[in-house]
Amino acid sequence: MSKYKHKQGKSNASNLKAQIRQWWWLFLLPVVAAFLIGFVWPFIQGIYLSFCSFKTTSDATLIGFGNYGRALSDPTFVHSFWYSALFAVTSLIFINIPAFAVAYALTQDIKFSNLYRTVFFMPNLIGGIVLGYIWSMIFDGILSHYNTSILLNSTYGFWGLIILICWQQIGYMMIIYIAGLQAIPTDMLEAAEIDGATKAQTLFRVIIPNVMPSITICMFLSITNGFKLFDQNLALTAGQPFIMNPDGTTIKTTEMLALNIFNTFYNSNAASRGTAQAKAVLFFILVAAIGLVQLQFTRKREVQQ
Amino acid sequence: MNFKKVFASLLTAAMLVGCGASTGGTAGTTTEGGDSEGKVYFLNFKPELDETLQGLAKTYTEKTGVDVKVVTAASGTYSQTLTAEMDKSTKPTLFIIGNQAGVKEWSDYAIDLTGTEIANELNTDAYNLYDESGKLVSIGYCFECYGIIVNPDLLEKAGHSLDEIKNFETLKTVVEDIHSRAAELGFDAFSSSDMDSSSSWRFTGHLANLEYFYEEKAAGKTWTECPAELTGEFVGNYKNLYDLIINNSLTDPKDLATGGHDAENEFKTGQAAFFVNGSWEYAAVSETVPNARMIPYYCGVEGEEKAGLNCGTENCWAVNSKVSEADQKATIDFMVWLVSDPEAAGQMVEQLGVLPYKNAPESKNGFLADAAKYTEDGCYVMDWATNYQPNVDEYRAGLVAALNQYNADQSDANWANVETAFVQGWATQYAAVNN
Repeated sequence: MSKYKHKQGKSNASNLKAQIRQWWWLFLLPVVAAFLIGFVWPFIQGIYLSFCSFKTTSDATLIGFGNYGRALSDPTFVHSFWYSALFAVTSLIFINIPAFAVAYALTQDIKFSNLYRTVFFMPNLIGGIVLGYIWSMIFDGILSHYNTSILLNSTYGFWGLIILICWQQIGYMMIIYIAGLQAIPTDMLEAAEIDGATKAQTLFRVIIPNVMPSITICMFLSITNGFKLFDQNLALTAGQPFIMNPDGTTIKTTEMLALNIFNTFYNSNAASRGTAQAKAVLFFILVAAIGLVQLQFTRKREVQQ
Repeated sequence: MNFKKVFASLLTAAMLVGCGASTGGTAGTTTEGGDSEGKVYFLNFKPELDETLQGLAKTYTEKTGVDVKVVTAASGTYSQTLTAEMDKSTKPTLFIIGNQAGVKEWSDYAIDLTGTEIANELNTDAYNLYDESGKLVSIGYCFECYGIIVNPDLLEKAGHSLDEIKNFETLKTVVEDIHSRAAELGFDAFSSSDMDSSSSWRFTGHLANLEYFYEEKAAGKTWTECPAELTGEFVGNYKNLYDLIINNSLTDPKDLATGGHDAENEFKTGQAAFFVNGSWEYAAVSETVPNARMIPYYCGVEGEEKAGLNCGTENCWAVNSKVSEADQKATIDFMVWLVSDPEAAGQMVEQLGVLPYKNAPESKNGFLADAAKYTEDGCYVMDWATNYQPNVDEYRAGLVAALNQYNADQSDANWANVETAFVQGWATQYAAVNN
C-alpha cells in the first residue's frame, strides 16, 4: 500500500515536471511583457528619438547625428557631468562607510537593534522631492543665522546634497550590509577568535572579505544613484547658485546630469527635445560603463565561502 | 500566510483601481453620445479654476450628454503635462497657448479659429494670438491685471491715504514711513517677496514687465514679436521699486531665497499694507480686505502719474488640430457655452474677472474695476510685454539666482549680475531659442 502510494506520488511529481516544461513560458510571460513594455521598448524608442527632431514623441522626424553634436558641445552638459562624477564618488564614500559601521554595530548584541534598524531605514521611505524641501528648510533655518542660504553658495549646495543623500541612503545600504554580515558562517568567526585574532583583525581579514558581495552591490547602487540623482537636486538647489557670465550665459553650479537633461528638454528651442534625448542616451552609456567597471573591480575582491 | 494573502489581494486591488483610474477617467459620467458625437478634453492651467470647471463640466454633460473631461496641470508644470498629454491617443481637445513662445511651440497643434462660433462671440480682438502666417492660434477667454495691491484702511491707520500715492516718490514716502513705524503700528509695508518657484514669478515675470513696457513706450511701439535684445534703459527703475519692496517688508531680504512665507495671508490678515500680485487674487483678498485696491507699478519713470495697471492675459484657448472634427466641434460648442450660458459664464466671471465676450455677465472684480478706472481717467495701460520673455523658464531662473545673491548682499557687484541676467540674459535666451 505504502509502496503504491509512493509510486503514485512520484508519477505525480514527474507529471508536474513535464507540465512545467511545457508551460514555463506562460509563467514568464507577465514579467517578460512588463519588461518589454516598461523598459526595452521605451529604451529603443529613446535611442531612435535621439536621432530625431520632435515636439511630441509620436510625431518625430529623423535628422541624424545633429543632436549628439549639440549635446557634446554644450558646456553646461560637460559641467554637470563632472559635478555629478564628483558627487557620485563623494557620496559613495559618505554613504558606504557609515552604512557598514551602523550595520556592524547593529549585528552585535545590542538591545532594541531591530528598532534601530527600522529607524535608520525609515528616511528611505520618503520621496526625494519632499526630502529636498524639508532639508532646504532645515539648512536655511541654520544658514540664515549666518546671513546666507543653501542657494547662495555652491559649496553649501554640494554638501547639502551629500547630507541629504546620506540621510536617505545609509539606512538602505545598512540593510544590505546586515544581510551580508548575518550570512558569515559563525564557525569562521569562532575559529578566528580561538586563534586569537583581535577585533580589528577579524574585521579586516574575515568579515570584510566575506561581505564583499554586499560591498559590490552597495557601491554599484550608490555610484549609479549618485549619477542619476534628480528629485533631490531639483528640490534642494535646482542648480543654484548660478555663475552669471558677462554675455548673459549662466553656469548652474549645482546642476547634475539628470536635471541638466530635464532642463534641456523643456527649453523652448525647436531642437531642444532631441538634444535632451541625445544627452539621455549618452548619460545611459556613461552610467552603464562606470557601473560595469566598478562591478568588475570589486568582484575581483570577492571570496567564495 | 494570511497576511501575505491579504497583502497580495490588496496590491491587486490597488493595481486594478490604478488601471481603472488612468483609463477610465470620465467613463463614469458618459451618458449617451459615444465617439461619433465628439468629446471634450480640456487641459486647464489655472489650478484656482479647477473646482469651478469640474462642476461646469458635470453640468454640461448632464445637459447635453457630451462627455467633458477637465484635467488641471499642477502649478508650474503646464508645459510638461501638455507635452505628455499630446502624445496620448486621447489628446486634449482644448488647451492653453498663452504667449508668443507657446504659439511658436504649439501652433502646429492648433486649428485656425478665425470665423468659428467662439471667435464670433468675442467682443475684442485684443487678447488673441496669431502666428506668423496670420492664423488665429488662440483666443483670450479672460483678461487680467496686475500691480500693487493696497489695503487703504491700513494706510489710514498709519495716517496716510491712497490719494497721496501718485508716483514713485510719494509711494516711497508712505512705504518707508510705515516700515519705520512697523512695531508701533502692528503691521508692515510690503508682504514677503519669496524667491521660491511659487512666488518668484511675481518679480521675475510681472514686476519685470515695467522695464519691458517702458522700453516699448520709449521706442513708441508695441512689440508684436520677441525682440532679440533689450536696451536695459529702465532696469534702474525696476531696481527702484524692487529695493523698496524688499527693504520695507515683513521679511528680511536675506530670508527670501527658499521662501516659506505666505504673502497672501500676510496681506489678508492685516500684517502688511502692500502686496504685489494680480486681479486673480481679488476673490481671496476681498474676503477680509473688502476695500482692497490696486495701484500701478510706480518706479520713478517720468510721466508715470499717468500710468495705469498692467493689463493682458495668458489665458488663451486653442483647439487641437490633431483630434477628430467631431471633437473639435464639441469643444467649440463647450467653449461657447462657457462664455454665454448665464450660469456657466457667471461662474467663470466670478473666478476669472472679465470675460471678453458679448454675452458674458459683468465682472465684480474690484481690481479690474480699478484698471478700467485708470483707463477712463486717461492713463496708459501697461501691456503684458513680459509674455515675450524668451525661453521663459531659463530666463527667469537666471534672474532668480541673481536676485537671490542680491537679496543676501545688496552690493553694486551683485546688482550688476541682476542687470546682466535681465538684459544680456534676454539676448542669450533669444539666441538659444532661435539658433
